[in-house]
Amino acid sequence: MANMAQAIRLALHYGEEHLGVTDIFGEDVGPPLGGVFTATQGLRTAWNSPLDERGIIGMAIGLAMAGQRPVAEIQFADYIYNTIDLLKLAGNTCWSSNGQWNLPMVVMTPVGAGIRGSIYHSHSFDAVMSHIPGWKIVMPATPLDAYGLMLSAIKDPNPVMFLPPKALMRHRGEELIPGEPEDPRELSKMIDAPVGDRSKWKPTWPPVEEYVVPIGKAKLVRPGSQLTVVAWGRCVPLALQAAKQLEGEGIDVELIDLRSIWPYDWEAIRASVEKTGKVMFVNEDTEVTNFGEHLIRRTIEELFYVLLAPPKLVAGKHLPGIGLADALERASVPQVEEIAEAMRALARTEP
Amino acid sequence: MSRPKLAGAANSRPALAPELLVEMHDLMVKARALEERLIQMYKQGDGFFWIGGPGEEAFNVPLGLLIKKGSGLDYDYLHFHYRNSATLIAMGEDPANPMRQMKNTATDPYSGGRNFAGHFSKREWNLAPVTSPIAVQYSIAIGTAYAQKRHGGEGITIVTGGDAGTAEGDFATCLVWSSRPGNELPILIIVTHNKWGISTHYSTQQGPKNIADRATAFGIKNKTIDGNDAITSYLEIKAAMDYVRKERKPFLLEAHVSRLYGHSSADGANRRPEEEDCIVRIEEVLLEHGIMTREQMDAVHEKWQKEMAELHRKVREEPQPNPEDVWKHIYWEGEGS
Ligand SMILES: Cc1ncc(C[n+]2csc(CCOP(=O)(O)OP(=O)(O)O)c2C)c(N)n1
Repeated sequence: MANMAQAIRLALHYGEEHLGVTDIFGEDVGPPLGGVFTATQGLRTAWNSPLDERGIIGMAIGLAMAGQRPVAEIQFADYIYNTIDLLKLAGNTCWSSNGQWNLPMVVMTPVGAGIRGSIYHSHSFDAVMSHIPGWKIVMPATPLDAYGLMLSAIKDPNPVMFLPPKALMRHRGEELIPGEPEDPRELSKMIDAPVGDRSKWKPTWPPVEEYVVPIGKAKLVRPGSQLTVVAWGRCVPLALQAAKQLEGEGIDVELIDLRSIWPYDWEAIRASVEKTGKVMFVNEDTEVTNFGEHLIRRTIEELFYVLLAPPKLVAGKHLPGIGLADALERASVPQVEEIAEAMRALARTEP
Repeated sequence: MSRPKLAGAANSRPALAPELLVEMHDLMVKARALEERLIQMYKQGDGFFWIGGPGEEAFNVPLGLLIKKGSGLDYDYLHFHYRNSATLIAMGEDPANPMRQMKNTATDPYSGGRNFAGHFSKREWNLAPVTSPIAVQYSIAIGTAYAQKRHGGEGITIVTGGDAGTAEGDFATCLVWSSRPGNELPILIIVTHNKWGISTHYSTQQGPKNIADRATAFGIKNKTIDGNDAITSYLEIKAAMDYVRKERKPFLLEAHVSRLYGHSSADGANRRPEEEDCIVRIEEVLLEHGIMTREQMDAVHEKWQKEMAELHRKVREEPQPNPEDVWKHIYWEGEGS
C-alpha cells in the first residue's frame, strides 16, 4: 500500500507517461531530493526551480499558455501567500479573455497542521483558495484518492489546486492503486530513492493504471443514520476515529469526505442531510469565513425545514498561527476528542 | 526644442529605406489617431476609463513590424502592458477592436466587455491577456520562453512594461529565471521608460541610472536607447531580437519614451506639451530628406482621423453584453473541456 507521497509520485509518473505532463517543478522538486515530502522522486520531467514562489506560479501560467502541461509545487502552503495575485490571474485568464485562453496547470502545495510544524509549516489554504474563482480545488485524504484526484487535475483544461495534507503524506491507505505491488516493501524498493548517493539511481515504476476520482464528487466514508459529518483533508481520518468511538454509545454517524472544495458535491451533502436532519462540517482552516461557513449558509437556505438541529462547524481557531508546543497545536486545530464531543452534542440535540 | 541631429551628416541618407520610413510614419499616425479617438470616446462618455500608449509609437510600431506573428511555439509570445496599442496596429490589428473594448461592447474580441481599454488579448497571435496588476507579465513570460527554449526554432518571448513597475519582484523574477546557467531563455525583456509611475518620478524612487544596468549583474546583454527615435528603435529592436532568436538568450532593452497624454483618464488625459512628440521627430526626418512633403504628411493625419471617427460611429451602435454573460467562460468551454 502506497503512502500519500508515493501515491502522488505514482500519479505524476502516470501523468508524464500517459497524460502529457511536461514539467514537474518547484523548490527541491527535482533530483537529488525529489521534494521535501519525496512526492516527486525519480520523475522524468522533475526539475529544481529558483527559490521564488511568484516565479514558480508565473512559470506555470506561461508554460500552460504555451501548450505545455505543468505541475508546479509550492513547497509548503505557508509560502504560497505571496503568489495570491498570480493565483487570481490564473483563475481569471479564461474569463477575462472571454474564453480565448485556458490554462491546463496543476499547483500542488501541502497544507495544514499535525506535523509539529509551528507557525510556518501548519497553514491551511482551502478557505483562502475558495475565494479565488476560476480554479478547481481538491484535497485528498487517502493515497488512492490522491492518485485519482491528481489524474483528474492533470487532465483538466483549467487550473487545479491540489492540497495534500502534510500530516497524511506518510499515511498508508487501505486500498491498492491499480497496478501497485501488494507488498509496500516491494513498492519502496522500486520507487524510493536510496539514502546517500543517488546520482546513478533510477526508479523501477510499477505498471500503474488509469484511475480517476472525478473532481466535484464526494466520498461516503461511513454510512450512518443519525447525523451527517462532512469533513475534508486531515479531518477525515480524525472524524472517522471519532465516529468509531461513538459507535459504542449508540450514535450512528454518516461521514462524507468532501474531497473537492470547488466545485463541490452539494448533492451528496443534501441527500445525507435530508436523511439525518443533522449536519456538522469539520476542517482545520481558521473558522472565520471558513468554507464550512459557506456550506452552513447553503444548508440553512436550502434545507432549513429538514433540519432537526442547528448545523455546526468544527474548525481551526481564529489565531494568527499554530504554536509549536504540543498543547498549543492541539488547542488550535480540531482533535479527535473535540470532534467526538461535538458529535455527541449534535446527536443529543432535540428540536 | 534643440536636439542633436540624427547620427551622420544632415544630408546623408537615413539608415532605413524610404519606403519603410513612410510605412512606419503611416502606422505611427494611425496608432496616434486611434489613441486620440479613444480619449475622445472617454470624454464623450463612450467608455468608463482610458489608458493607452500615445507617445510610444516610435518604439512600439517597429516592435510590431519586427514581431514574428502567429500562434504556437514557432512564433513570438507577447506579454504586454497597457501601452502597446501601436504594436498591435503595426501587426495589422483592426482599430475598431480597441474601440470596442473602450466601449465595453459584447463584440470586444479581447475581453467581451469585461476589461479596460488597452487590455488586449489575442490568442491567434500568441498575445497573452494584458492585465492590470503592474509587472506580473514579467513573471509569466518566463513560462512561454522556457517552452520555446525547449522547442528550439526562432520563436521568442517578448515582454514589455514600465519603469516604475521594475521595482516589483516580478522584474527580478524575470532576470533570475531568464539567466539560469544552462537554461538561458530566448526572451526580449523590454522596459519603456517614461520616467513616471502615475505621479511619482523615477528619480525619486530608484537608484540605477539605467534600468538596463541591472541585467549586467545577471550576464544578460542589455542596452538603453532613445525610444522616441523611430529609426534608432527599429535598428536596436532588430539587433536585440536577432540576438535572442539566434543565440536563444535573454536581452534587456530599455527605451526612453514619452507619456504624451499623462497616465490615464484619471489624470485628465490631456496633451502634455513638455513631453517630446516622436511623430514630430520622424516627420522632421521625412521632410529633411525629401521623402514626404508636409502636405502628404498632413493628408496621412487627416485620413486616419477620419477613419477613426467613422469606426467610432460604427462601434457606438454595437450591442452591450447581457447580464447572464458573467457566467460564461469561468472554465474553458473549448476543445478538451
Ligand atoms: C501591482 C499594482 N500596483 C499598483 C497599481 C496602480 N498603478 C497602475 S499604473 C501604475 C504606475 C505604473 O508605472 P510604470 O510601471 O512606470 O508604467 P507606466 O504606466 O508609466 O507606463 C500604478 C501604480 C497597479 N495597477 N498594480
